[in-house]
Amino acid sequence: MLEDKDRIFTNLYADGDWGLAGARARGDWDGTKELILKGRDWIVKEMQDSGLRGRGGAGFPTGMKWSFMPKTTPDGKPLDGRPHYLVVNADESEPGTCKDREILRNDPHKLVEGCLLAGVAMGAHAGYIYVRGEFYNEASHLELAVQQAYEAGLIGKNACGSGWDFDLYVHRGAGAYICGEETALIESLEGKKGQPRLKPPFPAGMGLYGCPTTVNNVETIAVAPTILRRGAAWFSSFGRPKNVGTKLFCISGHVNKPCTVEEAMSIPLKELIEKHCGGVRGGWDNLLAVIPGGSSVPVLPKHICDTVLMDFDALREQRSGLGTAAVIVMDKSTDIVKAIARLSRFYMHESCGQCTPCREGTGWLWRVMQRMVKGQAELPEIDMLEEVTRQIEGHTICALGDAAAWPVQGLIRHFRPEMEQRIRNYKAALQAKAAAE
Amino acid sequence: MPKVTIDGETIEVPAGITVLQACEIAGAEVPRFCYHERLSVAGNCRMCLVEMEKSPKPVASCAMPIAEGQVIKTNTPLVKKARNGVMEFLLINHPLDCPICDQGGECDLQDQAMAYGMDRGRFKENKRAVPDKELGPLVKTTMTRCIHCTRCVRFATEVAGAEELGAVFRGEHMEIDTYIEKALSSELSGNVVDLCPVGALTSKPYAFAARPWELRKTESVDVFDALGASIRIDARGGEVLRVLPRLNEETNEEWIGDKSRHAVDGLRRQRLDRPYVRKDGKLQPASWAEALGTVAAKLKASAPDRIAAIAGDLADCEAMAALKDLLGAFGAQSLDCRQDGAKIDTSARAGWLFNSTVAGIDEADAILLVGTNPRWESPVLNARIRRRFRAGGVKIAAIGPQLDLTYKYEYLGAGPTTLADLTAGKLAFAETLKNAKKPMLILGQGALARSDGAAVLALARDAADKLGLVKDGWNGFNVLHTAAARVGGLELGFVPGPQGRDTMGILDAASKGEIDFVYLLGADEIDTNRLGRAFVVYQGHHGDRGAHRADVVLPGAAYTEKNATYVNTEGRVQQARLAVFPPGEAKEDWKILRALSEVAGKKLPYDTIGQIRARLVAMSTTFATIDRAQPGSWTAFGKTGSVDATAFASPVSNYYMTDPISRASATMAACTETYVKGSAARTGTHG
Repeated sequence: MLEDKDRIFTNLYADGDWGLAGARARGDWDGTKELILKGRDWIVKEMQDSGLRGRGGAGFPTGMKWSFMPKTTPDGKPLDGRPHYLVVNADESEPGTCKDREILRNDPHKLVEGCLLAGVAMGAHAGYIYVRGEFYNEASHLELAVQQAYEAGLIGKNACGSGWDFDLYVHRGAGAYICGEETALIESLEGKKGQPRLKPPFPAGMGLYGCPTTVNNVETIAVAPTILRRGAAWFSSFGRPKNVGTKLFCISGHVNKPCTVEEAMSIPLKELIEKHCGGVRGGWDNLLAVIPGGSSVPVLPKHICDTVLMDFDALREQRSGLGTAAVIVMDKSTDIVKAIARLSRFYMHESCGQCTPCREGTGWLWRVMQRMVKGQAELPEIDMLEEVTRQIEGHTICALGDAAAWPVQGLIRHFRPEMEQRIRNYKAALQAKAAAE
Repeated sequence: MPKVTIDGETIEVPAGITVLQACEIAGAEVPRFCYHERLSVAGNCRMCLVEMEKSPKPVASCAMPIAEGQVIKTNTPLVKKARNGVMEFLLINHPLDCPICDQGGECDLQDQAMAYGMDRGRFKENKRAVPDKELGPLVKTTMTRCIHCTRCVRFATEVAGAEELGAVFRGEHMEIDTYIEKALSSELSGNVVDLCPVGALTSKPYAFAARPWELRKTESVDVFDALGASIRIDARGGEVLRVLPRLNEETNEEWIGDKSRHAVDGLRRQRLDRPYVRKDGKLQPASWAEALGTVAAKLKASAPDRIAAIAGDLADCEAMAALKDLLGAFGAQSLDCRQDGAKIDTSARAGWLFNSTVAGIDEADAILLVGTNPRWESPVLNARIRRRFRAGGVKIAAIGPQLDLTYKYEYLGAGPTTLADLTAGKLAFAETLKNAKKPMLILGQGALARSDGAAVLALARDAADKLGLVKDGWNGFNVLHTAAARVGGLELGFVPGPQGRDTMGILDAASKGEIDFVYLLGADEIDTNRLGRAFVVYQGHHGDRGAHRADVVLPGAAYTEKNATYVNTEGRVQQARLAVFPPGEAKEDWKILRALSEVAGKKLPYDTIGQIRARLVAMSTTFATIDRAQPGSWTAFGKTGSVDATAFASPVSNYYMTDPISRASATMAACTETYVKGSAARTGTHG
């Protein structure tokens, strides 16, 4: 279990002041100037050594992502005249996920400082934070934190006295899940309809306003200052190789005390639930299944949950994923088919409609799933449903198609007997009714 | 040149193209819906998926740039399965109402479903239904059929410059819409029907008229403006049902204007299908013999200097040549093909041609529009200017009417004095033109068809010299004509002889009683009240202004009904082909004149189309070369003189009605009502 001295987010539960004074008391903005003066290459190298993987869901190594940004002149001017941009994805909309929200409202200065350091690391003099539309208080705190940082000379012209100019803008979205996809977010930021762009070109080459851009998750950016201060070796001492560091886990559902908690990576799922959430409602044996990484990853049945570790690779081996580490716990009172059907409806609702498989397929999935809930289907339709998810998966512009397909695939993989039983029960009930008449 | 392997075959392809284009070069056919060569890449239909080595997922070939060493497979089971999947998705919400869909038989979805569709559907749920949209009098919508490829949106935004179409809502509720219900305000809107790969957007005037396999297709050229777009005429029986654009990179690419496409219903109305002779003040049906005899008698009785002829905007070169020869045999010299009275110097070809060529617009880096509204005078040419504008690196300015041309331009002023100032270097744009590598001046008929037109022409000639528009390998002096007949008439010399009168002179003389005999070859855009007491022969195909005034009406053929030569504004000689026969007793125009010559005792020496075309070549060698722009050499033209300050005005006051055919068209009347009379908002639910 992670010790308190190793926690990055020490104000996660709003115990202290979220403003600048509180942040300084917790060690933020300490020696930022020195970190900046160590230079771009040092920051990128340190981030690479730390082994930090993106916290937004895909788990791409952060240091490597930052290193993709084009080089600049020694004094930080872009070589081809196009400015570089940092964009922070605070459009946290994945069902079950509530980690960025805690950072925004309780520790916004970690993010602001991280933006400055990340900006230096990618040669960017401007950063945009795209905040989910529904996050009203979170956006307010963030705006105030940015204002405090400006007033204290921490960002803006000659940020922290380092000679680096850095401006930070907060932009509020209008509440579309798809705008959490990095290129859709960029489109939305540009004032267009939030629809993912085709890749290539990747944002590092052509992103916001056609300029080199890196889009990072809030948590990724917010942990960067602490990593740089305490060193890559400290951060990489937690967890298993390639799955290192500390991570915010958001546990919701049928546990006694749902919470967001910072823990070391690769903590066993069972330990996470037992230690921080007071266990599953009705005891561990009452567990039915867990969605370990936000609504888009496949569900895991209890026998896997008994032993699985919470990290990228261990969950990948179980054909699920860490995603945003939003653990949704479901006990035996859950109608698992109905639960997944509800997710299918979510993805149908949030599909942007741009490309065919997702636009047409998500609606189809939801409609079949609705019938599956009642068992009003034929047995071969389970295979058809599986096939439809395969037709969506990997054929779309962005990953929303995959996200819509995986929960249904997980359901069929682990709960097929349940689905078949419903279909048989429904048929039997129909026959009984016909016989009675 | 990157080397790539496509289906096991290694080929070299040009850098910068997409995988889809490389596959085409390699001969591997890739199905697609959203991809179109002339529009930006959307990559949203996902039909063009191919397998690429080192990529875990199939890639959309239309959006993937080609790169050295790529290994592409287009015919593997994985590719086939992916495309089958996409096709199934496209079809689940498609109504499959092919039997009542106008796109049937020329539908991309239908065709590709043959290759990638299943023999039955697995989708047991209810299909989506989408409310139809009101896009004006030309485009009919059945939005339930829409597959959301967004070609129409991209066309409207990029090519037409009418940024009114878009996709509203999200996911499966996404709809193509104008948002505020409104007709698509573009002269190119008909092209979205060609672009639509399914039956969501179909042609409203052509609705339920025919099936494509019933149609006889004739390749021809368009005559509704001076661009001479390449078209295909689709006819069934004796009726032209529709006109579609034909690919011609040098003129229209693959677009045509709405008038060119939709005015053809005018070919069925108000047609002259038999000769008429005025008796007792009224036009009475007559036989050909009687009509020709009347004309011949009058012609023989008139003195040569009291004979005149005016050729209209749709006259073909063969007819003008025959008329010129016939009247020449009687010694007449008052001929003119410039019925708008444009003061074009008939001595120098470079002074009336679009010398840079239409394709030259793509290379221009500075464009000056003088006295023209290209959006209405030639919408397809205007779209080309817009494309050049969007590509960047060009400065555009205008002198004349200040209008929405779908691109930004610097407005310099309204009249000839601005042009004089520019020539004198008083305006900053003069420097732009001087510094440009390929500057263009586009001179419209609005600058020439006025009393000081000759002086304006000289002024423009002067500007071309002083501002460096003409240089080695580049002639930036361009005249944009409004009529298909004009350049042909100028080429073959259908202009006043040494003692002859021009159009204005003819009208002046006729109103004073100094002209006895006027031959109108389809000339309707003149003030017929000024023809005085002259004996007027009208040869043409529509009962329009000219025919109303005529003493004898000789029914001719419209452009779809004859093999005829037209010369476009660039000096490109093109041949229209007979698609249907002229109605009733109407005949091809040069044959009428040939018959008249025999009755009048001055038999013209040609009996076949081949012979009269040889005569055309004898009149001007331009006619010897077909389908190629032939610029003129840069010589002196124009007549220096004083200009008045009156603002230039475009001769086209209503794009949808410029000639007898479009004036007879109900579709064009509807367009006029919708677009010109300002009631564009008055469609659909807005009452």
